[in-house]
Amino acid sequence: MGYSGFKVIKEGLFGQRGWKPVWRDPDPKPEYDVIIIGGGGHGLSTAFYLAKEHGITNVAVLEKGYLGGGNVGRNTTIVRANYMLPGNSEFYSHSLKLWEGMEQELNYNTMMSQRGVIMLCHSDGQRDLFARRGNAMINQGDDAELLDPAGVRRELPYLDFDNIRFPIYGGLLHRRGGTARHDAVAWGYARGADQRGVDLIQNCEVTGIDIKGGVVTGVQTTRGAIRANKVGIVVAGRSGQVAAMAGLRLPIESHVLQAFVSEGLKPCINHVVSFGMGHFYISQSDKGGLVFGGDLDFYASYAARGNLPMKEHVMEAAMTLMPMIGKARVLRSWGGIMDMTPDGSPIIDKTPTEGLFIDCGWCYGGFKAVPGSGYSFAHLMATGNLHEPAARYRLDRFRTGAGLMDEEGTGSQHNLH
Amino acid sequence: MRLDGKGLIDRSTPVAFTFDGESYQGFAGDTVASALLANGVKLMGRSFKYHRPRGVMTAGSEEPNALVTVGVGAQSEPNTRATCQEIYPGLVVRSQNAWPSLQNDFMAVNDLISPFLGAGFYYKTFMWPKSFWERIYEPIIRRAAGLGALPGESNPDPYEKAFAFCDVLIIGGGPAGLMAALTAAEAGADVILADENPRLGGRLLSENEQIDGQSCADWAGDTVARLSAMPNVRIMPRTTVTGAYDQGTYGALERVSHHRPQTEQAPRECFWRIVAKHAVLCAGAIERPIAFPNNDRPGIMMASAVRTYLNQYGVAPGRAVAVFGNNDDAHRTAHDLANAGVNVVAVIDSRSGVTFSGAARCYAEGRIIATKGRRALESITIDHVDGTRMLQVDCLAVSGGWNPSVHLTCHMNVRPEWSDNIASFVPAAGSVPGLETAGACNGAFDTAACLREGATTVATMLGCDLPSLPSADETPYVISPFWVVEGAGRKWLDFQNDVHVKDIRLAAQENFRSVEHMKRYTTQGMATDQGKVSNVAALAVLADATGRGIPETGTTTFRPPYVPVAIAAMGAGSQGSGFAPQRLTTSHGATMARNAPMIEAGLWYRPSFFPTLGETTWQQTCNREVRMVRSSVGICDVTTLGKIDVQGPDAAAFLDFVYANTMSTLKVGKIRYGLMLREDGHVMDDGTAARFGDKHYVITTTTAAAGAVMQHLDFVRQGLRPDLDVQIASVTEQWAQFAVAGPRSRALLNSLLDQPIDDAAFPFMQCGAVTLGGVDARLFRISFSGEHAYEIAVPSRYGASLFRWLLAQAESMGGGAYGMEALNVLRIEKGFVTHAEIHGRVTAFDIGMDRMISRKKDCIGQAAANRPGLQGERRQQLVGLASVMPTDPLTGGAHLFKANDTPVRTNDQGYVTSVGWSPTCEGYIGLGFLQNGRARHGEVIQMVDHLRGITTACRVCDPVFVDPDGGRLRG
Amino acid sequence: MRITCPHCGERDGREFTYRGHALALRRPAPDAGEAAWDDYLHNRENPAGDTSDLWYHGPCGAWIKVDRNTLTHTVSGSTLAAKVAR
Repeated sequence: MGYSGFKVIKEGLFGQRGWKPVWRDPDPKPEYDVIIIGGGGHGLSTAFYLAKEHGITNVAVLEKGYLGGGNVGRNTTIVRANYMLPGNSEFYSHSLKLWEGMEQELNYNTMMSQRGVIMLCHSDGQRDLFARRGNAMINQGDDAELLDPAGVRRELPYLDFDNIRFPIYGGLLHRRGGTARHDAVAWGYARGADQRGVDLIQNCEVTGIDIKGGVVTGVQTTRGAIRANKVGIVVAGRSGQVAAMAGLRLPIESHVLQAFVSEGLKPCINHVVSFGMGHFYISQSDKGGLVFGGDLDFYASYAARGNLPMKEHVMEAAMTLMPMIGKARVLRSWGGIMDMTPDGSPIIDKTPTEGLFIDCGWCYGGFKAVPGSGYSFAHLMATGNLHEPAARYRLDRFRTGAGLMDEEGTGSQHNLH
Repeated sequence: MRLDGKGLIDRSTPVAFTFDGESYQGFAGDTVASALLANGVKLMGRSFKYHRPRGVMTAGSEEPNALVTVGVGAQSEPNTRATCQEIYPGLVVRSQNAWPSLQNDFMAVNDLISPFLGAGFYYKTFMWPKSFWERIYEPIIRRAAGLGALPGESNPDPYEKAFAFCDVLIIGGGPAGLMAALTAAEAGADVILADENPRLGGRLLSENEQIDGQSCADWAGDTVARLSAMPNVRIMPRTTVTGAYDQGTYGALERVSHHRPQTEQAPRECFWRIVAKHAVLCAGAIERPIAFPNNDRPGIMMASAVRTYLNQYGVAPGRAVAVFGNNDDAHRTAHDLANAGVNVVAVIDSRSGVTFSGAARCYAEGRIIATKGRRALESITIDHVDGTRMLQVDCLAVSGGWNPSVHLTCHMNVRPEWSDNIASFVPAAGSVPGLETAGACNGAFDTAACLREGATTVATMLGCDLPSLPSADETPYVISPFWVVEGAGRKWLDFQNDVHVKDIRLAAQENFRSVEHMKRYTTQGMATDQGKVSNVAALAVLADATGRGIPETGTTTFRPPYVPVAIAAMGAGSQGSGFAPQRLTTSHGATMARNAPMIEAGLWYRPSFFPTLGETTWQQTCNREVRMVRSSVGICDVTTLGKIDVQGPDAAAFLDFVYANTMSTLKVGKIRYGLMLREDGHVMDDGTAARFGDKHYVITTTTAAAGAVMQHLDFVRQGLRPDLDVQIASVTEQWAQFAVAGPRSRALLNSLLDQPIDDAAFPFMQCGAVTLGGVDARLFRISFSGEHAYEIAVPSRYGASLFRWLLAQAESMGGGAYGMEALNVLRIEKGFVTHAEIHGRVTAFDIGMDRMISRKKDCIGQAAANRPGLQGERRQQLVGLASVMPTDPLTGGAHLFKANDTPVRTNDQGYVTSVGWSPTCEGYIGLGFLQNGRARHGEVIQMVDHLRGITTACRVCDPVFVDPDGGRLRG
Repeated sequence: MRITCPHCGERDGREFTYRGHALALRRPAPDAGEAAWDDYLHNRENPAGDTSDLWYHGPCGAWIKVDRNTLTHTVSGSTLAAKVAR
């Protein structure tokens, strides 16, 4: 069923009785061409692009809980293409272009709001590093502007320029960056995939991966065995456990990242702003809540909840940078499980098992990658070839040391990001 | 309307305050809500989406409707619950989310078009044309966002954070909490009793019951007095425990001074981190409404809130009141109202066969099918066994039953369990380690049970004696689940977010059947009360719509904080300069006295440059300082570099293991440059190692990496090489250290040293002990400028005077102090790297130092550095860059391309890390990384800085621009 | 989170810095080969449940192996890294 303003008015007049289920609830068939394990943002977009771009519609998405119940429903909704290093640069650039056409592509309003992302810098060295990044963005064909302190003051007059512990030297403005409605992205891709014939199967946990002679043949689930010659693992937060079913050990540690939302407030922050010295970033949702976050709690965890020290650190960063939000009250805080790779960049690759593919390791950057990841993973699964913008997301880069993408420069080693 | 002789307010202390500019009077002990109700004000707020007129609904922090902005100017606080804000003289209260006024709100037009604005409508429209979302639709939606407004100015008020420790933390001071505290305190435990309200007692303050023969409020007062007198009890009123965290840590928000005029000294709020060996949750329960058509009119409130306003505040919330419920609490409300002389028009009970023991007429199997009154309730229409009937009432008390406040028990991912007995969720046992539950939050709803559970829970927990239990009301709680009255009109669930029953059913119809989907699609439970009032009823509606039971439908996730916490409270102490420590060198005062602008370096402050008379730009000053060092002598405080003392029989072996190069072959009295790798084969840091004895080295790190290197060395020593007999200590702050650089550096030092030095005794890379003015010092002949230079270190207490002395001597010799700008130019001229170059992604190979990695020994990073991807001509390698036209600028962060290539990613060959105007070379020079750069010296390439609009032709060269053979160093 | 330092007793988590799985203590020989080093540096069991990881207690400088559960955050033991048998 197509969505439109006309339809909304018509249904309003007739008591909303005509709205159909946004997706079906099929029982799993015994066999599919492709099985996607994981009904989060990346899994759903993979299924959508398999169907749309490659005509592969005999696909099942197996989700152990509810669709979009992982990190896609539990993030700070930021969309941007402001990466510095080759590999990330072209990938996120491609992903942002997909974001820009998403609402029309999905016939679903995901509320992509290109309000601009400003990263603040606090030393000459950091400014030069941002210049390197901004120039890389322009080299890639994306947008970037270097703001001087006066430019930052024009855009963000409410910052504490005079008393802040780390003075503001400038900022890098990425106008095409912004935010989107996170749940809607998952729902939009789910609806689009379902409409093209993909079976979205909720409450179906994969308990085993069937492999014969080094070739994948299907999966075992809590709803029975399902056969397929191609299986994709897209289970951020549980990648290690699912990969282990295929005897695979991943370069991933799971960490908790917290995020926060305030009570609803009249609009006061019109950009996405990040603080270069304190791992703090913030935007304001269309509903009025300040949505913000910081760094990892920094310990391995699957608990999807965090502790007070990082919460306080995030609030402290807020108070030094923009004390005008001091009276805002935090309404809710939550934690997501991050697949942390050694170099902080993701993996989209084949595995040593034929027919088994993996898309994982998104660290804390997975939301903005939802369209690009699905597009590139679908390409890989459908054609067997790496998709050019994601061609560097190789599993073996850690073993060889070639093509590492360590944006933060903290090391291609665990727990440094 | 205020009732004579009732309530716990202080009638001898009238208090005047304003609401929307109107002056009102209440009494000490009133909240904004109780005082406004006493003054007959019903309309207190507007809902979020449809701007429906709303009155106060509850008497607690769960209030969804009566949200107001308190205070003026920068001190104003939006979204304050009128039910929690105590009044004080001069308090200014304003309504919010209404324009031009609360009475006449233009945005209420949304309510008229609400049929088109059902759950999730915005996902289905606003998509065409594409450009309209950003330009038209979103701005309109954003304008409607939010409830209250932030003041738009920096927070001017003090906030605090604190730690507290106890044996037993009691969360909530109602009957269960008071009894739990008493039991623990009498057993000698160190007790903290925290309660959200200004006065402890919980529901005991709102009910007309007897405990041990006295009124329950008096019993609570006496018990609190008894506890207050005990030295091992700390009572924290106005303190809400907001979250349960690992290992018995709890967050709590104390509202220190919201209840009185602001004074400079008192913090507004204090955020507590309470560490408790045991905790008892006695958080009580929250009454839930029933969804019936137009159940949101001002004057319709919870039955328990009516009793609170009546019994605690002496306020009758109406003149003609009806009561509607599915349990006996509705009857209790009717009795209390009647006893207080309020006209009880009707008791409407959804159950069959019930009777009311008071005078009012009871409508069994009654339902409310309609209400009237836009800004205040005027009438209700009831449907019961004998037909329908309209009743004129101005207040309706509703009770749909009670939901235990299980929130804290769910903060560690354990879900609550459904109890058929009370038709609600109760905590799962053992949900939070160390936390027990007692009383109403545990599903025990009569007072006697609450008192008993409080005592027995603690007695079991501590293994102590059970105190004698007071006698109290034991009337059992009888409820028959009842959620929705069908009929025309919207039946509201989430009052603030304007979610009604049909929205939930629409979600189910569209297959948003998971409780999480329903919540996210409809926004049910996402308002400022986080569904405290409405979630269980909404679950019941969803369960019904999807043909499941409530237990299978499940709850959404409870997340901290239990009540919203100001960012200023959790972030207390950091506003302004408090975010990070400020590290000052011993020369800080003298440097500031010379008007040197300071910059940040790894929490330290260092001078950028030292302007002198007549200099108008930093570049001018920098050029002079560079020439000064190259021609005379300059002084620079280098204390901030990390200094680590390494001692022990295995000190040399240890350093061989942590440095890529060999340190064991270093002779005593000598210094060697050292390169440290991370285990992943990339460069971690560089510095020097000076050997002061067979078993004693002093090593240096860069300023930025000092802490990380120390931690790393501790790891290697304890974790990887516990076999080595070596000790390390950071001595960065124990020694003040100054660079003395330039051709006249030795002359300067010899004017200060007790024993002069010469080149034979102190050649390049020599270290040793010296004295000056009788003070023991360490002298290092090392250079970061390429000049004949030294670093001299003295115990920090002599730093300030040595700096002044060095400076005076230098200035008398035509030299002076130099800052970071000049230091940077000097080191670029000499091709020395800093963290601009060794930024974490480079290898020893990249910076041309791979031959330093000794193959004769194992060291950190050696194995990984051998990986094929970390070497070879595909790597970008360190090069020098010089503008072909000397005045054409080079810029940091620009990228490098072949001379005629288009500057796009696929042609990108490298980037610029450090640049400066070199007074020595008289041109712009820089360092950068270029693909296969070492093989390309002499090639002219283009530097492109899109951001700054600069393209410069530059020549690739060796990174060492000045004195490549090192003659100056050794001179 | 609270962790017991064998030197200092139970302390707030703020005093500690995390380093990752305790396998970091079992450093391969320099010539152990690419696969062994890849496993040491990168690949992880990453258990959802009981694990042992390394924490640095800043105030006293001790590296500690902490036995922990990644699902519940319970801490069941701590040992000085220097005393861990290898």
